[in-house]
Order: sequence, then C-alpha cells, then structure tokens
Amino acid sequence: MDGFFGILGEAVALILAWDADLIEIIGLSLRVTLTAVGIACLIGLPLGALVGTFRFPGRTAVTVLLNALMGLPPVVVGLIVYLMLSASGPLGVLGLLYTPTAMIVAQTILVTPIVAALTRQVVEDLNREYAEQFASLGVGPLDRVAALLWDARYSLLTVALAGFGRAVAEVGAVFIVGGNINHVTRVMTTTIALETSKGNLQLALALGVVLLGLAVAVNALAMTLRVSAQRAAYA
Amino acid sequence: MRDAACHVAPSGAVGAAPAPVLAAARGLAFEAGGRRLVDGIDLEIREGRRTVIMGANGAGKSLLLRLLHGLIRPSAGTVLWQGRPLDRAARRAQAMVFQRPVMLRRSVRANLRFALAVRGLSGPERAERERAALASARLEELARRPARVLSGGEQQRLAVARALACEPELLLLDEPTASLDPASTMAIEEQLAEAHARGVTLVLVTHDLGQARRIGDDLVFLHAGRVAEQGDAARVLEAPRSEAARAWLSGRIYLGPPPLRPV
Ligand SMILES: Nc1ncnc2c1ncn2[C@@H]1O[C@H](COP(=O)(O)OP(=O)(O)OP(=O)(O)O)[C@@H](O)[C@H]1O
Ligand SMILES: [Mg+2]
Repeated sequence: MDGFFGILGEAVALILAWDADLIEIIGLSLRVTLTAVGIACLIGLPLGALVGTFRFPGRTAVTVLLNALMGLPPVVVGLIVYLMLSASGPLGVLGLLYTPTAMIVAQTILVTPIVAALTRQVVEDLNREYAEQFASLGVGPLDRVAALLWDARYSLLTVALAGFGRAVAEVGAVFIVGGNINHVTRVMTTTIALETSKGNLQLALALGVVLLGLAVAVNALAMTLRVSAQRAAYA
Repeated sequence: MRDAACHVAPSGAVGAAPAPVLAAARGLAFEAGGRRLVDGIDLEIREGRRTVIMGANGAGKSLLLRLLHGLIRPSAGTVLWQGRPLDRAARRAQAMVFQRPVMLRRSVRANLRFALAVRGLSGPERAERERAALASARLEELARRPARVLSGGEQQRLAVARALACEPELLLLDEPTASLDPASTMAIEEQLAEAHARGVTLVLVTHDLGQARRIGDDLVFLHAGRVAEQGDAARVLEAPRSEAARAWLSGRIYLGPPPLRPV
C-alpha cells in the first residue's frame, strides 16, 4: 500500500511539473479523439436524424445494424483498419499505418455508430412529438431534420460526450494501427499499457489520473447540460 | 333562428344566399385496429362561419379534425377543399391547434418565427407578423422565455397565435380552452373573434356549452364516430332532435344503438 501511495505521489508530481512527455501524450490523445468525434458527429448526426425521422424500406434493419455496431470490439476495428492500411492492403499506398491519421480513422469507425444510433433514438422520440405539428405547418423534409437536430441539441451534446468518453478510453484499436511509437503515436491509453509493463509506474499512473479526471469532467459536463436543459424545459 | 346573414365574414355573402362551401366531408370513414372509428361523415364548412363540433370523449372529434386537415388518410370517402380533393397546397391554407399544444424547444418568439419561416417569410414582413402575433396573444413580455416553461393557458394562446400568424383561411381548433381558467378562455375567444372578424373560417371542438353558444354558428354533434345531428348551433343547443345530443346535453350517458361495428 505504501508503494501505491508513493507512486501516486510521484505521478501527481509529474502532472504538476507539467512534464513535457506527459503533455505531448495528452495533447495527441485529445487531438486524435476530438478529431475522430468531430468527424463521427458530421456523419452520425445527420445519418441518425435521417433514420430517426423518415420511414423507408429497410429502416428497421438499419436501426438494428447501427445498434449492433455500437458495441464493435475496438481490437476488431483496429485489425480491419490495419489490414486496409498495411503495405499490402488496398489503402497501403497512402502510407497511413502508424500515424495519428490511422488512429483517427479507427476511432471514427468506432464512434460513428455510437453517435448515429443514439441520435436516431433521440430524434425519433422528438419526431413522434413534433410530427403532426410539422405536417400541419407543412415543414419540408430538410427543414424537418434540421429543426429536430436543433431542438434535440442538449441531448445530442450528451451523445457527442458519450462518443468522446468511449474513444478517449479505448486502447485496442489505436494500439494496433498507431503502434505506440514514441513522439509519434503514443496516446494516454497505449502509454499506460506499455509503461506499466515496463515498470514505469509513475508515468502510467499520472496518465491514469488524467484519464480519470477527463472521465469525471465529461460526466460533470453532461450532467450540467442535462440540468440546464431541464431548467429551460428543453429536455 | 339565426341565418347566415347575421354572421357574414367580410368575404361572405350578404343576404339570403349561403356562404360558399370551403371544406366538405363526403362519406368520410376512418378505420384503425380493425374498428371503424369514424363513419359516414357528411358535412360542409362554409366560408367565414364558425362550426362547433361536440360529442362525448372518444366520439371521434379529434380524428375528424385530423381527417379534415389531411393529417390522416380516410379509409373511405373524401375531404374536399373548395370542391377539389385536399392536397398539399390546400393544407397550407389551413392551420390547426392541437388538443395538446406542441411547443418547439425554443423561445416563444422563435416558435412564431419557425412557423413563419416555413411559409417562406423573412425580413421585415416576418418581424411585423411576429410582433402582431405576440400582441394578439398578449405574450410580448414573455417573448424570450422558453415556450415550454409557459403555463398551459399561455401555451394555448401561443399555439393559437402561431396558427393564425400563418394567415390560414380555415383554422381547426381541438379543445383549445380545455383546462384553462375563465380569463384565459376569454383571451383565446378574443383571439378567435379577431380572426373571425378578419374572415377566417373556424372549426372548434369543445365540451364547453357556454363557449359553443358564444362561438358557434353551426354545430355538428358526433356520437360514436357518426354525425348524430347538425344544424344551427343555437337550435341544436336549445332543442336537440337526436337522442344522442339530447342525452349528452342533459348530462346523461347515451349508449344508443352501437354503431361501432367490426370492419
Ligand atoms: N390511431 C388509432 N388507433 C386506434 N384507435 C384510435 C386511434 N386514434 C383514435 N382512436 C380511437 O378512436 C376514438 C376517437 O378518438 P378521438 O381522439 O377522435 O376522440 P375525441 O372525440 O377527440 O375524444 P376526446 O373528447 O376525449 O378528445 C377513441 O375511442 C380512440 O381511442
Ligand atoms: Mg379529442
């Protein structure tokens, strides 16, 4: 136990000292995950909103598929992206393997179904409430989707945060396609895995503390959003 | 007996000739869940007139409004608008206030703006209509509040103002004053009176006999999905001819011959 608290003390000291390696790793983590979540939202929000708003043949199948893809195992996504990007793969010429871009691609694939599936649920519920009023006003299809997305904005921010939480804590996919190369593709989760096995527990724990802090911050933000949405009766 | 001439709208006919038919139902029926919920409805909504629809809970009043507004497709029969089948353009000449008001998760003003933007309005004209709607609903003070925190009465006033801001020829209202206090009820009736004076045709579902007397020119009484009686509102309310209306008006429950038949 003494050992744990000793290491924790050193880890906190590392964070407080604003250690350069630590900052670089956190920075890359955030860059990769925020970019992936951003792209996932660009695809997932409209996709989920379309599926949630309109009836079309195969809609149930699409919904089931999206829900199933929410639980994609990160290592499987990593493996598939690896096979695509490796020198002999179809996209090998791009030379993206072991770059942050490859990590962004993998995380985007992981997060997009989450954003799309949760958006579909949120938008479908809201559409049920609005549908007759919209039909009565004669709202066109595009305006309808836009209005639903806007009116669901608080819930959708929570959806994006859920995607962020999943991506930032994920290790399997980024490890396989990023390779955990020092100063190139090392992010928080892969560093924790590697440094722990090397016995460099201070850095690993320091990153663990930061990761935990992020999780708490994300949840606090989600809660704040929920409360302020309820206060404005927008929930 | 009141006749059409006492209730003419600016665009209506003067003298003995009745106002032209704006909307009509011909043999209208609606089925769901293997039951015929609305059956054999024939009625005419005349331009500039105020038609009150009454009937017990579950009689099919809300379904009839939805059918007239084209929100649901009849299983049989047709809805006519100015003599032609109801289409998208015709629906744009109508507006509806629902039994439960639907408020967007936006401010009061933004709720009005949305409806007007859908009609393709922008710039100064939209701003002017927004202002007029807020004034007629007496909601100027609350313009920036989220619409969904308004009280029930305020929400209904906003719903009526939003519908009227679209300048419909026909306004359908589904129990707009149910659960409102007398002052809020009067406020809504004033909004409707203003609209009527401008020539808007009104169809109003209500359970409130006083309101039916104050507002109704014509009255349609529904029983179990069928028209039990229709005619001049004052006449139906004073001397109902159908057993269903007579029973309902005297507070009895009329079970009657069961018109709900399996399809
Ligand atoms: N989509 C539907 N599927 C099955 N039954 C329905 C459907 N919509 C309405 N009904 C039934 O049709 C009947 C008429 O409904 P409607 O809402 O028109 O009644 P109403 O006259 O407006 O009653 P209230 O005064 O309570 O508002 C009710 O018995 C209702 O349960
Ligand atoms: Mg009803």
